[in-house]
Amino acid sequence: MSLRIVVTVKHVPDATGDRHFAKDLTVDRDDVDGLLSELDEYAVEQALQIADAADDAEITVLTVGPEDAKDALRKALSMGADKAVHVEDDDLHGTDAIGTSLVLAKAIEKAGYDLVISGMASTDGTMGVLPALLAERLGVPQVTLLSEVSVEDGVVKGRRDGDSASEQLEASLPAVVSVTDQSGEARYPSFKGIMAAKKKPVQSWDLEDLEIEADEVGLDGSWTKVDGATERPARTAGTIVKDEGEGGKQLAEFLAGQKFI
Amino acid sequence: MAEVLVYVDHVDGAVRKPTLELLTLARRLGEPVAVALGNGAADTAAVLAEHGAVRVLTHEAAEYADYLVVPKVDALQAAYETVSPAAVLVPSSAEGKEIAARLAVRIGSGILTDAVDLEAGDQGPVATQSAFAASYTTKTRVSKGTPVITVKPNSAAVEAAPAAGAVEALSVTFSDQATGTKVTGRTPRESTGRPELTEAAIVVSGGRGVNGAENFSVIEALADSLGAAVGASRAAVDAGWYPHTNQVGQTGKSVSPQLYIASGISGAIQHRAGMQTSKTIVAVNKDAEAPIFDLVDYGVVGDLFEVVPQLTEEIKTRKG
Ligand SMILES: Cc1cc2nc3c(=O)[nH]c(=O)nc-3n(C[C@H](O)[C@H](O)[C@H](O)COP(=O)(O)OP(=O)(O)OC[C@H]3O[C@@H](n4cnc5c(N)ncnc54)[C@H](O)[C@@H]3O)c2cc1C
Ligand SMILES: Nc1ncnc2c1ncn2[C@@H]1O[C@H](COP(=O)(O)O)[C@@H](O)[C@H]1O
Repeated sequence: MSLRIVVTVKHVPDATGDRHFAKDLTVDRDDVDGLLSELDEYAVEQALQIADAADDAEITVLTVGPEDAKDALRKALSMGADKAVHVEDDDLHGTDAIGTSLVLAKAIEKAGYDLVISGMASTDGTMGVLPALLAERLGVPQVTLLSEVSVEDGVVKGRRDGDSASEQLEASLPAVVSVTDQSGEARYPSFKGIMAAKKKPVQSWDLEDLEIEADEVGLDGSWTKVDGATERPARTAGTIVKDEGEGGKQLAEFLAGQKFI
Repeated sequence: MAEVLVYVDHVDGAVRKPTLELLTLARRLGEPVAVALGNGAADTAAVLAEHGAVRVLTHEAAEYADYLVVPKVDALQAAYETVSPAAVLVPSSAEGKEIAARLAVRIGSGILTDAVDLEAGDQGPVATQSAFAASYTTKTRVSKGTPVITVKPNSAAVEAAPAAGAVEALSVTFSDQATGTKVTGRTPRESTGRPELTEAAIVVSGGRGVNGAENFSVIEALADSLGAAVGASRAAVDAGWYPHTNQVGQTGKSVSPQLYIASGISGAIQHRAGMQTSKTIVAVNKDAEAPIFDLVDYGVVGDLFEVVPQLTEEIKTRKG
């Protein structure tokens, strides 16, 4: 039987750009170019490797986001995923993590899955909670923050490098996995891959397709509220000296003045 | 007075500092009730009481160590149901965030992660968070259910505030999901004797400019002269010069010490994301144009192999 893998990918504003909030305090997606979150490339890469090792597997990439989010799906398809699902609906604007997890979970169930693979965190929201939320909603094991992962005989195994220990984990499929940027370099799409991706199917679903009410999501449906966002004042220009043999001593003098020594 | 649930991060009964900081914040919102789970849970009570816990709910079971995350969610939910708190506070570790998120869905509440400050407000607790690699500061709150909030280390001072800290056994029934993910092996990290990176008052970091694993001794010597933790950029970690556990930045640890010293680090946005909120920032870099200099309170343009050892010597001399 075919191993059905769903990879959740997010389209995010480029972190090296000058990112801002829009008037309604949601992430402004207009003033900075978007791309497939770099941390989700690792999820696509591990999906491809797991699929290679399996007799028969199919990889669906899934995103929830506005029109432009298709670019993220296209990139994942050009890396080698088989098909894509785009959940798009005007009522989704401003949805928070809990709401997004509801939409993703419904879409994953509709698509059908044995294994969900997510990135460790999105590079814009950086919460790193979506995979745990998905496992909770889907009622399947969470095997998260893996720097090494493999699937064999319906069992997923992996290594999680935690704060105080490195742990070996194991769970039966179906399961939700997330992988870190230590899991291995993601491949670049080949020219052939880019051409092939143009022909791969991208399905669009809206809230109705997923039987979700508009008031469960969006800004008004969010269970959290952003009351204000202020740009951090630029740090006041510090003192910069050129080392002419006494740089270390000058630095020590500064640290002593600040009572660090 | 309303009670506030505080999830205790401890290692065999030794409470980690971020939990004590949470007690300081919890006292702004109500009376802290601590939840300590697993081996040594009851041993946490004395220090929690000293810092303001009115009650300490404990439960020991093998499941907490043998299975990932879910047993702890089950227990925190049991505590939530017994206490009916005004808010639930959890330390912002990778595991803490996962526990908090799953609890939030279960109890139908909103969740905020990585708060750096917390105050009482008219409509419930108001959290301060940083966004976009700390280039923004936001004020957020939970608008549905009981606020579940994870708080970063170094967000508040540890304060003594003696309270009763009565130990009570928590009754926990594990869910079907509890044993879903088995921990089949565990290799504890070897202690370096240096402070924990996220908790340290001073962090001394090295990057690609350190140019080799053996050269990290220069960074370590400076760290030891200041009683500091050692950090590294991803470039240094990817090169295999220093362990990943010491990586500072977006995909490593986020630190907010009193003093951050960066040597041979350019200051890429992903690195800044993990250290930009440090109180005082110092850098040594031979490139005067390196972006790290935009952040510094004091910067030395020079070769780290000249500047850092001289600094270390000078510190040792001054400290006698
Ligand atoms: C998704 C993603 C996540 C990432 N997460 C992280 C993260 O968590 N943490 C992180 O750090 N990076 C992260 N990065 C990588 C980041 O973009 C940079 O590549 C990295 O921080 C560069 O490390 P560096 O400053 O040590 O190296 P470089 O940028 O190469 O800088 C080295 C600096 O050392 C200086 N130097 C060289 N020799 C000397 C000398 N003898 N004396 C003094 N100065 C010297 C040079 O002038 C230069 O400025 C991430 C990237 C991506 C895409
Ligand atoms: N809108 C989204 N669409 C698809 N996947 C997402 C979305 N948001 C988050 N994810 C997935 O969840 C992971 C963790 O995201 P976060 O919890 O937002 O940091 C990401 O790496 C993605 O795999």
